[in-house]
Amino acid sequence: MSNDTIAVNVEEVSKVYRLGVKEQSSEHMVQMLWGFVRSPLQNFRKYRALYTFDDIDLDGKEQSDDILWALRDISFKVNKGDVVGIIGGNGAGKSTLLKILSRITPPTRGNVSIHGRVSSLLEVGTGFHPELTGRENVFLNGTILGMRRKEVARKFDEIVAFSDVEKFLDTPVKRYSSGMRVRLAFAVAAHLEPEILIVDEVLAVGDAAFQQKCMNKMQDVGKEGRTVLFVSHNMPAVTSLCDRVVWLDHGRKVAEGPAQEIVGKYLLEGVETTAHRVWKDPSSAPGGEFARLCEVRVVSESGEIVGHCDIQEPIGLQMEYEVLKGGEVMLPHFRLRNDNGVLVFVTLDHDPEWYQRPRPAGRYVSTAWIPGNLLNEGPHFVECNLMTRHPDIPQFHLADVVSFAVTGSMAPGTARGDWPGRLKGIVSPALEWRTEFSEG
Amino acid sequence: MSSTSDNTPVIRITPPGKWEVIDFQELKDYRDLFFFLVWRDIKVLYAQTIMGFAWAILNPLVQIIIFSIIFGKVAKLDTDGIPYLLFSTVAIIPWSYMSEAMSRSSQSLVSGQGMLGKVYFPRLIFPITPILAKLVDFSISLVLLLAVMLYYRIAPTWNLLLLPFLVVLMMSVPAGIGFWLSALSIRFRDVKFAMPFVIRMLIYSAPILYTASSIPDGYRFFYSLNPIVAVIEGYRACLLGTPIPWEFILPGTVVSALLLVSGAIYFRKLERVFVDVI
Repeated sequence: MSNDTIAVNVEEVSKVYRLGVKEQSSEHMVQMLWGFVRSPLQNFRKYRALYTFDDIDLDGKEQSDDILWALRDISFKVNKGDVVGIIGGNGAGKSTLLKILSRITPPTRGNVSIHGRVSSLLEVGTGFHPELTGRENVFLNGTILGMRRKEVARKFDEIVAFSDVEKFLDTPVKRYSSGMRVRLAFAVAAHLEPEILIVDEVLAVGDAAFQQKCMNKMQDVGKEGRTVLFVSHNMPAVTSLCDRVVWLDHGRKVAEGPAQEIVGKYLLEGVETTAHRVWKDPSSAPGGEFARLCEVRVVSESGEIVGHCDIQEPIGLQMEYEVLKGGEVMLPHFRLRNDNGVLVFVTLDHDPEWYQRPRPAGRYVSTAWIPGNLLNEGPHFVECNLMTRHPDIPQFHLADVVSFAVTGSMAPGTARGDWPGRLKGIVSPALEWRTEFSEG
Repeated sequence: MSSTSDNTPVIRITPPGKWEVIDFQELKDYRDLFFFLVWRDIKVLYAQTIMGFAWAILNPLVQIIIFSIIFGKVAKLDTDGIPYLLFSTVAIIPWSYMSEAMSRSSQSLVSGQGMLGKVYFPRLIFPITPILAKLVDFSISLVLLLAVMLYYRIAPTWNLLLLPFLVVLMMSVPAGIGFWLSALSIRFRDVKFAMPFVIRMLIYSAPILYTASSIPDGYRFFYSLNPIVAVIEGYRACLLGTPIPWEFILPGTVVSALLLVSGAIYFRKLERVFVDVI
């Protein structure tokens, strides 16, 4: 019933590769000669073994050493019109998955069904021949990518305009600079109009200006309501282009869901801390003579506990504590570190209401609001402290007590302008920019 | 909107292993790509040469001259009364086509592995492309054949009607071998080393330099199973007006059809794992 809305359905797909089989070494002359005689048969078995797995019990408990599960029981669905990102570290299986979806390599087990006309773009300029001219290569490459000749002819002027190589159209491609070649190749790819587009990280080519052009084009494709599967390492690109994300790790699906959330989790991978810590038992809670910690939270503007936020959204660091003995001036403060352990800032409570004012005993919630467009993207770790003033006595002091991830965005109004790559720096404030222009 | 989804193409991707028939509809859908790949092969072949397509004539010409001197003048082979130059030209021109189409087709997957790993299209396009592209060379070299026939004042006979069939037969032999060997060579690069020497041997397996009548009667049947014999003898009869050797053409046609079908099946069986064994 819901088949009309599904564009790609991946069901329990696994892919097994066989790693290199160790060569036997011979110890003496006779063995060596015997090995030489037998080697054709052995080689035959070896090459056959590359794609047959009859001899191995894939589900058995004992896993053979020379087997690599590039993908293991991956299932997910992509709805029509969705832009889905596939993320994961090196060796996660992203490329293998794309190759299976593109019908370049078959799955070892499992099924995929794709509903609609599909084009996959694992590389720009596939089939480009150096001896052919730019014009000829546009037609050749276009048809290789699945366009009809008429379609290429219709879009030819657009493709050429996009590539900026008009002058060299009748020059063999071998005389092109590598940049020109990439531009022409991408221009062809950018004018594909399939219902479903499968794209590998082809954006990492060309100069900055061209990268940006590609990025914009990708965004347009998403807006046109086409189904896109997009593999990338570029997290800001993923969060701004994709609706949903599938996260792979070592061939398995770790998580799948809304882009923001999954990218946030991905950035916090391996981080033990969460966005929320509670000490239910007062006896074990950190604290001193005057105050005791109850909870530390990372909250969104609406007060929800969140593990991630968009770079443009404010985020609150919140501590809930009990003042046990009234009459002291208290100074709650936070320190924030990024994933390199660099101290981003220290912030101390300066709420005018409690400024230099002794606090009565009771329960307090103090929140420090970090404005949007300040932190750079990536994981952040919070250190939570409280001390009394005059004399300064620390009450509690907890490093890395909670954490959250800031996810980048390609939306206008951030420090990145429309630059697609990663921005360096500890912070990424959207400063006010003015450019004055005078003629002449 | 839901009515449009009825004709959405559905692609199912499943594990390999099943025997599959040739999907002619798919091949038809990719005809534009076919066209451009053949055209690329033709266009690129003589790129940056001075002689250009004249090479298509020069190559067989040199062979014909050498063979005519050695086998015609020096060894004085018997050719059933046909002048040796004419006898060998009629055979060497289709043979050049077959040998080149065969070796290119066998290597097509290995030389196209860059594309193989990056984009999907029906894999059969790889070995078929050189079979078609080489026809251009063949057509050009027909000029040479025509010149030799004019020189010996050979008038066309009704046998010439056999020509279209012979061209198809001449294409199906390297196609069948190309399907088999291209699929094998992606797994075992031995094919690459064996090919030049096999082609050098094959020229003696068919009556290219000698007459078929010199084969002892007892071996005729085995000899006729070689489809190259059918092509070469067929061309001689067709162009020179000698009696049509059905005893060679019929078995040769059957064998080449078997080769073509079995090759296509074997290729289809293996095509999905090509990328994993490159």
